[in-house]
Amino acid sequence: MFKQKYLSIAVTVFLFAVMFLAGSFRYTGFFSLQVILNLLIDNAFLLIVAVGMTFVIVTGGIDLSVGSVIALTTMMSASLVQEHGWPPAVVIPLMLVIGSLFGWVMGAIIHYFKIQPFIVTLAGMFLARGLCYVISINTITIDDAFYTKMAQTKIHLPGGSFISISVIIALVVIAAGIYIAHYTRLGRNIYALGGSEQSALLMGLPVARTKIAVYTLSGFCSALAGVVFTFYMLSGYGLHAMGLELDAIASVVIGGTLLTGGVGYIFGTFFGVLIQGVIQTIISFEGTLSSWWTKIVIGLLLFLFILFQRVLSARQATQKL
Amino acid sequence: MSTVDGQEREPILQMSGIYKHFPGVKALNNVSFRLFPGEVHALMGENGAGKSTLIKVLTGVYSIDQGAVTLSGRHVAIHSPLEAQAAGISTVYQEVNLCPNLTVAENIFIGREPRRFGRILWKEMNRKAEQLLRERLQLGIDVTQPLYMYSVAIQQLVAIARALNISAKVLILDEPTSSLDRNEVEQLFKIMRKLKEDGLAILFVTHFLDQVYEISERITILRNGEFVGEYEAAQLPRIELVSKMIGKELELLGELPKAGGEGRAEAKESLIEAIGLGRKGAIEPFDLLIGKGEVVSLAGLLGSGRTEMARLFFGADRPDQGQLLLKDSPGAVHSPRQAIDAGIAFCPENRKTEGIIDDLTVRENIVLAMQATRGWMRRIPRKKQDELADQYIKALNINPPNPEHLVKNLSGGNQQKVILARWLLTQPKLLILDEPTRGIDVGAKAEIQKLVLSLARQGMSVLFVSSELEEVVRVSDRIVVLRDRKKVKEMQEDIGQQQVMQAIAGG
Amino acid sequence: MRIHKHHLFWPLAMLAALLLFNLFYSPEEFYTVQVRNGHLYGTLIDILNFGAPLILVAIGMTVVIATGGIDLSVGSIVAISGAMACLTISKGADQDALGLLAEAIALSIGIALLLGLWNGLLVSVIGIQPIIATLILMVAGRGIAQLITSGQIITVTSDRYGYIGSGSLLGLPFSIFIVVAVFAVAVLLTRRTALGLFIESVGRNPSASRLAGIRSRYVLIAVYLFCGLCAAIAGLILSSNVSSADGNNAGLWYELDAILAVVIGGTSLTGGRFYLTGTLIGALIIQTLTTTIYMIGVPPEITLVVKAFVVLVVCLIQSETFRKTLVQRWQTRRYPAEREVAKHV
Repeated sequence: MFKQKYLSIAVTVFLFAVMFLAGSFRYTGFFSLQVILNLLIDNAFLLIVAVGMTFVIVTGGIDLSVGSVIALTTMMSASLVQEHGWPPAVVIPLMLVIGSLFGWVMGAIIHYFKIQPFIVTLAGMFLARGLCYVISINTITIDDAFYTKMAQTKIHLPGGSFISISVIIALVVIAAGIYIAHYTRLGRNIYALGGSEQSALLMGLPVARTKIAVYTLSGFCSALAGVVFTFYMLSGYGLHAMGLELDAIASVVIGGTLLTGGVGYIFGTFFGVLIQGVIQTIISFEGTLSSWWTKIVIGLLLFLFILFQRVLSARQATQKL
Repeated sequence: MSTVDGQEREPILQMSGIYKHFPGVKALNNVSFRLFPGEVHALMGENGAGKSTLIKVLTGVYSIDQGAVTLSGRHVAIHSPLEAQAAGISTVYQEVNLCPNLTVAENIFIGREPRRFGRILWKEMNRKAEQLLRERLQLGIDVTQPLYMYSVAIQQLVAIARALNISAKVLILDEPTSSLDRNEVEQLFKIMRKLKEDGLAILFVTHFLDQVYEISERITILRNGEFVGEYEAAQLPRIELVSKMIGKELELLGELPKAGGEGRAEAKESLIEAIGLGRKGAIEPFDLLIGKGEVVSLAGLLGSGRTEMARLFFGADRPDQGQLLLKDSPGAVHSPRQAIDAGIAFCPENRKTEGIIDDLTVRENIVLAMQATRGWMRRIPRKKQDELADQYIKALNINPPNPEHLVKNLSGGNQQKVILARWLLTQPKLLILDEPTRGIDVGAKAEIQKLVLSLARQGMSVLFVSSELEEVVRVSDRIVVLRDRKKVKEMQEDIGQQQVMQAIAGG
Repeated sequence: MRIHKHHLFWPLAMLAALLLFNLFYSPEEFYTVQVRNGHLYGTLIDILNFGAPLILVAIGMTVVIATGGIDLSVGSIVAISGAMACLTISKGADQDALGLLAEAIALSIGIALLLGLWNGLLVSVIGIQPIIATLILMVAGRGIAQLITSGQIITVTSDRYGYIGSGSLLGLPFSIFIVVAVFAVAVLLTRRTALGLFIESVGRNPSASRLAGIRSRYVLIAVYLFCGLCAAIAGLILSSNVSSADGNNAGLWYELDAILAVVIGGTSLTGGRFYLTGTLIGALIIQTLTTTIYMIGVPPEITLVVKAFVVLVVCLIQSETFRKTLVQRWQTRRYPAEREVAKHV
């Protein structure tokens, strides 16, 4: 029996397939494994951020700070490695701890002071972005051996195609995200919280711990994405990853996660990111089309998916009676 | 007070001398409660009697100010729903407190999923859930579907399954039947009887008298946060149950003289008529005619459909069958706005969420409806607003008499008067009052009753909803009695509290 | 009424503190106002001039927030409006022709009203949460702005258009007069008609408002329209000030600054009572803060860090729940569920 809950995810996957096929028919050289792999290579950091964002949105919250935390991570990494000569083996774990801590604090404020996630993470966004400039207002280029190696290493796959180390990290994060979401208590509590916070509380679930954990997780993912972004850009800069929070939110929504919380799949988010990637690829293949069409198309997709969700949830409401 | 002594058995749960205060409200005042294994015990009471509070105190949602709880002979202090569950007390709430987005199996097991090395074993969980539902509740459904796919009745059973799985000593069912149809109630009762045989103690809250007598052995009645008594169901006649809930001992029910019966015209010209009006799950189709200058009351217990009927007259809810005919204006009533334009006004039961705008001033609240009918362009000039506010503050004796006071800082009775003023300003032909005197002090109550009568004398029709029979009898020309979401009787002549009570009790 | 309870007390105190700081730190630079060629020059004048677009956007945002909503798309609308006007003017033969200017202004305001209507319809008719509904236009709007400018920065050479954002009247920047006019219109519309009452009523208690006969649908559409209009005018001023339109960067982060200004001004994000004067002061605080930081020689980007703390502190001060929770947490420390579960007695 086909389950209704997979409907929106099916729509997402179908959309990706249609777009990819449309691109393949129209442009020579589009239909290749490497094009798909490039989607992963170019969007590895977005994938990682979107996993954290999915969890946050499933609880019915939002995290606007992710882009800034990425920027802050690149900045701190660059500064510590380049200007203070710290070894990457110390810097990278430190970044992950700081990112998690950042998320943890925001989560605690959201839960204990009952301030909307929107506002708290907005403050977090300002703070992280501002702290970048406290370190430096210029770009800091990294030429550390480890970072350049991570950036340039190509992992060759059979058939002549290749991926980067960042892709491996992203795929591991996706896999871990799916595991956490579906096979751990934390994951199920996150879904329960998004379904109904009051019910979760009355069922005796650890609401406070879960909610804070979600923002901590998102902070961790942002920091990890920041590390990957540092590999990708080989620099730290306060303007890195501007507006990435919007891309992440859009991916999550296009991936079929309800913005009101309770329903969503990491797997869908994965395709949500890929759809954004395909749009960009198509636009770059087209040549005459310009990059701003990406934003318009993504806005349009957002609208359609939100409308679609609205219709679905209205149908659920009537079904109950 | 006639407390029935239990058999030689020990009660599994005993609560004694429970006090619980909220700011401004004595929610529980020296309440006692006993529950024996293998029984269904009904907890009865009207709105604000303290049933919900008692349950929340018992399940650790609220703290207890004073009093003791013993479970299986041991003194316990329960601080959270989780502790209550651990102690063996589980609750199924009226508004099913599960997560509709999770699967049936998860809703039963969440928080206690079977795991190996931290990994949730879905197959085992699904198998256990299916087995539990089939064996204990005779329910064969696909447990891997999300809960929202199923009817409220099934959701209710899933909630019970969760409760059973957690602990099997005390099961609290808080109005489980209020949104179920007849067959679903039957199914639920069958399951309750079986669970009872298994030795479970069930605390059952409902508003339906028939159901109380059908399923429960023992009844505890609360009123205004006070303990009225504990009775054997078989030895408590319906009418006595109703009178104890409403708060009038039978012998005291002398026929009070009607306050304003005289001087009102006999034959009434009709104003509005409902023909076959109804809404599924709220009120069964009914006919009702309201005449000009007539006071019609809707009497019945909580949950009998009084509020639902009143709301249909105002277009606050959409009827799914029948029609509403207005004698003077041809317009239909599909929304509150249309109702207002047709000269209907409605003071809702829930003042805080549907009546007042708490952050606005008394003046702003008073002029709101009138301003709404005038539209945004034609603002009532400030001077005029002040005059109107002053006039009604005086007329209705609103205290403090300051139009610039924020309405949230007023007492309940004064808030009610503000809403009344809001509607009187629109000079309605029909005024619908849903529990206008609930939760307000005696003085204000009398004032509102007097006001209703004087309005009717001036030719305004009033549809009056109240749980207080004395009040109903005093103000109305005609009483419509509702029971279990049905209009069961219409009484015109010689209305006495006793007859009304009998009609409410039915059976 | 005690003075610190007045809704303007905290915003005014913050502004005063900022001004006081400047009095000690850089009185010369900050407070000197010179007259050159009949125009006033000085930091204070600059604050008003550069702050004008933000004030406008914040005024529109105030009424949206009062209905319990939020409009994330204002930054994009600012960009679109500026782009539209500059595009129209740049295509004209005589860039100073009055007809062309009127067409440009009408076009950009028209398109902004259309976008406002779109937001309003999504929120009121389709019933999508405001934050989500306006997110769509926030994302797509940037693209539309760039589409209009073809990704370039359109430069115009029209003195008349430039007058909107950098001209002066009676010795003061012309933009100040626009702000005063819009502010006056907003006050008149909300306080001299019943709109203000309806907005506060719908924002505070939608179901009670419905039962009182208010057609909240129209109220919601009206506020999003007005917000779009304000953003459009802000876009005109911004683009005129630099005589060019940048689809990518114009109005970037305006939505956040505007929300911040509204919150500092004392309007609650949960809707209900709103304070236009408070918003005005809030926007001035933000602009003064930016200028002050700039003047004390710290990189201007650090303003963000300060803003972050301002956001948090203001939210904490304003939320009664913050103080209440501190007290209540202590009282109910052994019953964690009591404060969470909605009470129904």
